[in-house]
Amino acid sequence: MSTGTKVLLLHGGLLIALFALQFVLPAYHHGNLARIMVLASYAVGYNILFGYTGLLSLGHALFFAAGMYGMGLTVTHLGWTPAPALIAGVAAGAAVSAALGLLALRTVGVAFMIVTLMFAQAGYLTVLYFGKWTRGDEGFVIQQAQRMLWGIDLSDPGNRYFAALALFAVSLLVCLWLVRRPFGKTLIAIRENEERVRMLGYDTFAHKLGAMVISGTISAAAGALYGLLFGYAGASFAGVQYSIFPLLWVLLGGAGTVLGPFIGTLFMFYLIDLSSGVTTAYMLIAGVVLVLLTLFAPQGLAGELRRRLWGWLP
Amino acid sequence: MELGPYLLLATLEGAVTAAVLALTAVGLSLVFGVMRVVNIAHGEFFMLGAVVAWYVAQTLGGHASVGFGAALIIAPLLVGVIAVAVDMTILKRIDYDPERTIVATIGVLYIIQQLTLMGYGPEARPVAPPFNTRLAIPWWEFKDGSLQMYWPWGLSTTSYKLAVICAAPVVLLGVWLLMARTKIGLLMRATQQDRDMALAFGIPVERVYALVFGIGAALAALAAVLIVPIQQAHYLMGADPLLLSFIVVIIGGLGSLPGTVVAAILIGLSDGIISVFFSPTLAKILATLLVGLVLVYRPNGLFGARST
Repeated sequence: MSTGTKVLLLHGGLLIALFALQFVLPAYHHGNLARIMVLASYAVGYNILFGYTGLLSLGHALFFAAGMYGMGLTVTHLGWTPAPALIAGVAAGAAVSAALGLLALRTVGVAFMIVTLMFAQAGYLTVLYFGKWTRGDEGFVIQQAQRMLWGIDLSDPGNRYFAALALFAVSLLVCLWLVRRPFGKTLIAIRENEERVRMLGYDTFAHKLGAMVISGTISAAAGALYGLLFGYAGASFAGVQYSIFPLLWVLLGGAGTVLGPFIGTLFMFYLIDLSSGVTTAYMLIAGVVLVLLTLFAPQGLAGELRRRLWGWLP
Repeated sequence: MELGPYLLLATLEGAVTAAVLALTAVGLSLVFGVMRVVNIAHGEFFMLGAVVAWYVAQTLGGHASVGFGAALIIAPLLVGVIAVAVDMTILKRIDYDPERTIVATIGVLYIIQQLTLMGYGPEARPVAPPFNTRLAIPWWEFKDGSLQMYWPWGLSTTSYKLAVICAAPVVLLGVWLLMARTKIGLLMRATQQDRDMALAFGIPVERVYALVFGIGAALAALAAVLIVPIQQAHYLMGADPLLLSFIVVIIGGLGSLPGTVVAAILIGLSDGIISVFFSPTLAKILATLLVGLVLVYRPNGLFGARST
């Protein structure tokens, strides 16, 4: 079997399995999985910048929140319907990521990390500052009547699952397609040795900016859909925590692998969910598992799979 | 009150912030400078220092200065030992790899926070300051053609706050002496310059790393002990100092101790002054944007070396 077939079978198989799962899962896990798929799309977006391009951003909550508020504010204050509102959210994410990219990509390494963190923090504070419209920390609820997309009620669990799966499938396929294109391969080359790529005559700044915008746009799409599907937007989604989450998910699942973000999100979500059922000290368990994983699976779960079993994993 | 007294008051409050921030940030900067490790758990070591200080003061009882004095010694030592243990059991084993240390220290953050919540509880608890005399501050003003001294109502500070402002430079001087004048400091600087060469010369790099990590955490704990009489100990108190220390370390220039101190003073003072005169949120937005822009145009910070 050629590598291409294997890759298609694996990723297509996952999507089909996810599609089939909605008919058999109990309601609780059904809802969880919908949430995980939206968050995993966010992680997929993050992975394009961090895992494939090697740029550690601590400001992705800015893009997630740009999507969420771009959608939420137009729905609540301008009375837009979900379809244009979603587009507004995605466009807001694209614009914000392009602007941040133009500024932050002038720096490298730790400075890039802090610059993105600073601008995301400024974004978070801005959400708080305009509390009159955003209702700050408290957040606002998007009413069920405002969550009708082409006559489909997105607050219904079945539709919600399907919308989440659609977003996840699109972001997964975009990522898969991207990393097999010359553009994606150049990004990987930049991660490995930027100086050499530049000497070969590539415009590394343009490539990094492209990665930033694609990554930010996918993250914003996840944020916009998250707000719409779960009917809530709040400042906590713009905070530092939501910048660190995708980093953790991606690192746990395996940075620079297409499936890693999903595996990491699934793993972390159920780790906290299951352990908080057993004990109130779920953070202790999460902390210990994080430490153990860095000790024994340094490349993340999918990364270890690739290292030990499937060398062809994209 | 007019502008002048307000400004003086804001400057004093800012100076307290700057003093505590300088100690915390120097700890972080030392660890980053020597070990190239970004320690996300630094804020939790700060928090542990405050919590330990409360325990010590509570257990000893008696006059406030007894408990506080003991905490001043015990908290940094204990937190330093914990940090050394973290270094030897986790960081050493992942070979100080930058990305993995970030995840590992996030894990350590969770563990410390949860254990503190379980052992100490969610309450914020105060520690009595060893002395706390209220000092009224005079102000001068031109009246009827001559300079007159008067005591504006409300313009006052406490002796404890002044002591904190004075304590920080003393400790920092100690750190500088340690780095510049002792054998251990020499080993640290050698390790910072070139780890492989230091290893080749037979410097026990791993032991130096453990020591540096311990000292960094101890400085954070010391800063926390100084701030508990003003701020109270709480299990979530580590987040703010972590973020601020990060800003300070980066603005000052990575691994540059003088830069860190200058940046701490700058940020502490401006935070104090801006939030007195403007809306605190707006002030913070402007400050974070400014920090971001400074870094865009001076990626190595104010005192950083030119090359990365």
